[in-house]
Amino acid sequence: MAAVATCGSVAASTGSAVATASKSNVTSFQRRGPRASVTNDSGPRLVSIAGTRPSVRNGQLLVSTGLPALDQLLGGGLAVGTVLLIEEDKYNIYSPLLFKYFLAEGIVNGHTLLVASAKEDPANILQELPAPLLDDKCKKEFDEDVYNHKTPESNIKMKIAWRYQLLPKMEIGPVSSSRFGHYYDASKRMPQELIEASNWHGFFLPEKISSTLKVEPCSLTPGYTKLLQFIQNIIYEEGFDGSNPQKKQRNILRIGIQNLGSPLWGDDICCAENGGNSHSLTKFLYVLRGLLRTSLSACIITMPTHLIQNKAIIARVTTLSDVVVGLESFIGSERETNPLYKDYHGLIHIRQIPRLNNLICDESDVKDLAFKLKRKLFTIEVDFIS
Amino acid sequence: MFVELNNLLNTTPDRAEQGKLTLLCDAKTDGSFLVHHFLSFYLKANCKVCFVALIQSFSHYSIVGQKLGVSLTMARERGQLVFLEGLKSAVDVVFQAQKEPHPLQFLREANAGNLKPLFEFVREALKPVDSGEARWTYPVLLVDDLSVLLSLGMGAVAVLDFIHYCRATVCWELKASILYLMQGNMVVLVHDSGDAEDEENDILLNGLSHQSHLILRAEGLATGFCRDVHGQLRILWRRPSQPAVHRDQSFTYQYKIQDKSVSFFAKGMSPAVL
Repeated sequence: MAAVATCGSVAASTGSAVATASKSNVTSFQRRGPRASVTNDSGPRLVSIAGTRPSVRNGQLLVSTGLPALDQLLGGGLAVGTVLLIEEDKYNIYSPLLFKYFLAEGIVNGHTLLVASAKEDPANILQELPAPLLDDKCKKEFDEDVYNHKTPESNIKMKIAWRYQLLPKMEIGPVSSSRFGHYYDASKRMPQELIEASNWHGFFLPEKISSTLKVEPCSLTPGYTKLLQFIQNIIYEEGFDGSNPQKKQRNILRIGIQNLGSPLWGDDICCAENGGNSHSLTKFLYVLRGLLRTSLSACIITMPTHLIQNKAIIARVTTLSDVVVGLESFIGSERETNPLYKDYHGLIHIRQIPRLNNLICDESDVKDLAFKLKRKLFTIEVDFIS
Repeated sequence: MFVELNNLLNTTPDRAEQGKLTLLCDAKTDGSFLVHHFLSFYLKANCKVCFVALIQSFSHYSIVGQKLGVSLTMARERGQLVFLEGLKSAVDVVFQAQKEPHPLQFLREANAGNLKPLFEFVREALKPVDSGEARWTYPVLLVDDLSVLLSLGMGAVAVLDFIHYCRATVCWELKASILYLMQGNMVVLVHDSGDAEDEENDILLNGLSHQSHLILRAEGLATGFCRDVHGQLRILWRRPSQPAVHRDQSFTYQYKIQDKSVSFFAKGMSPAVL
């Protein structure tokens, strides 16, 4: 049975996933055989896309979020075709970091990027991406960090760090190769040649909103409508959904949308409780979900949910997103001076994990997680205090 | 379908009640396992099913259906299942102008008043075919989930009207001059937003609760996350025609979802605890 892929080797599960793909409608949850290509092939070929791996549970294709710690909490990675929603922290200091890690992971793996922002020019965002850590340096970093912690919890912390240490040891070679999940140095910038070698598309709202593209009537705010059309255009033109007969794409499209829902996008849910556009954001998320589910893409969205006045909208947005992660930084709160929290910069809440193609999901047992920006690395650890 | 849930509900695919509206509700947890249960239950009962799947793709239900023993692709091919994939249709509606009215036409309009095109789609899908022999036992409408329609700009009243029209069609129908009783079933899923103060959702949920014959409410545990007990299921039968003593029966069970089944046990009697 194609669906029984809970155990068995990785190759077996991908084989079964591809087998179902060739029979049914093509979606992003399964590795597609070359349906669009010449039918001389006897069967679907197992094409491996860089930077992806199948999930151990059901063979679903996963991409790394750029933070191996977050990948583990999400059950291996972010599934292709889904949305990762980051609820921004209050002063928007740490959520751009997660956003940039996601994009940097895309560049290192050779994925195509689509960066959308209403605040910053996407070219500037790409200039500020963190530099990937190479193998030998990475191992040295971890050794130093592990020895620095002499607290009683160090046994557990070392266990978590030990799992991280496994990753660098297993693959040796250049950074942009077959490894899943890389580490980044937040204090250094991504080398210019890597950025220039990558294929990326930018959507900067102030530029696009002034151009007179033909806008289909859609009842969303104009910014969202333009963004949806842009995304749909890229997906179709570059063949990520397999419907373009001229283009056969074997790559992942990583979409990053920054500060969605903020007033800069023309939406008023952060300003008024019952504005006129209260359904614009949820409609956008629904159509975006439709676009993602039928293409080889993954999306990260950061949203200032702490500013949304109407709590019902937050609940609806959560239902329409797949993975929801909330960041709560300690800056400005009483926890900043609390001696119990002195090692950490904030709490990270995994609010929702999707159940895709399955009745169950890989929920982590631990719900109290804290993060810190430790010198150069962003780490997530179990918070034993609360 | 989950055999244990069938035992709790006292039904089997062979002798299920007809003409009923079942409301599935989830609060603080994911109640989608109930949707998978009813989908496989009615497909095994040889019913004609119209599934309005607004929140997930076809392959998701298909893969889970295979674990539960039904093949959605085959059911669709032989005409037993009419599947409206909301996500894919939404992309078609929004990006391409449609010539004839599309079930999700309201996505293109700023102030869509009603869900009439969607109702027409359902009615067309569940219309009895004049082939002479009765292939399917009775029609079933399954909607997953109704709260999404609220997120897409429809008002609670419009959604309640849609359900009302569907009930009138699916549960009873007049056909030309012959009174033709279809006696179908309906199963809908609505999220309970709890303390999120979603008034529209509350109106929808309360309105449907009063109309339904059976309410299955999946709740997260009040004490929080637990590895061995995923939640609590409250089953409420509403039989308006019975005398008051037998009218509303309510049972509560706790459950744990496994890979291919769900196990139910009485509160506090989880095998992990005993």
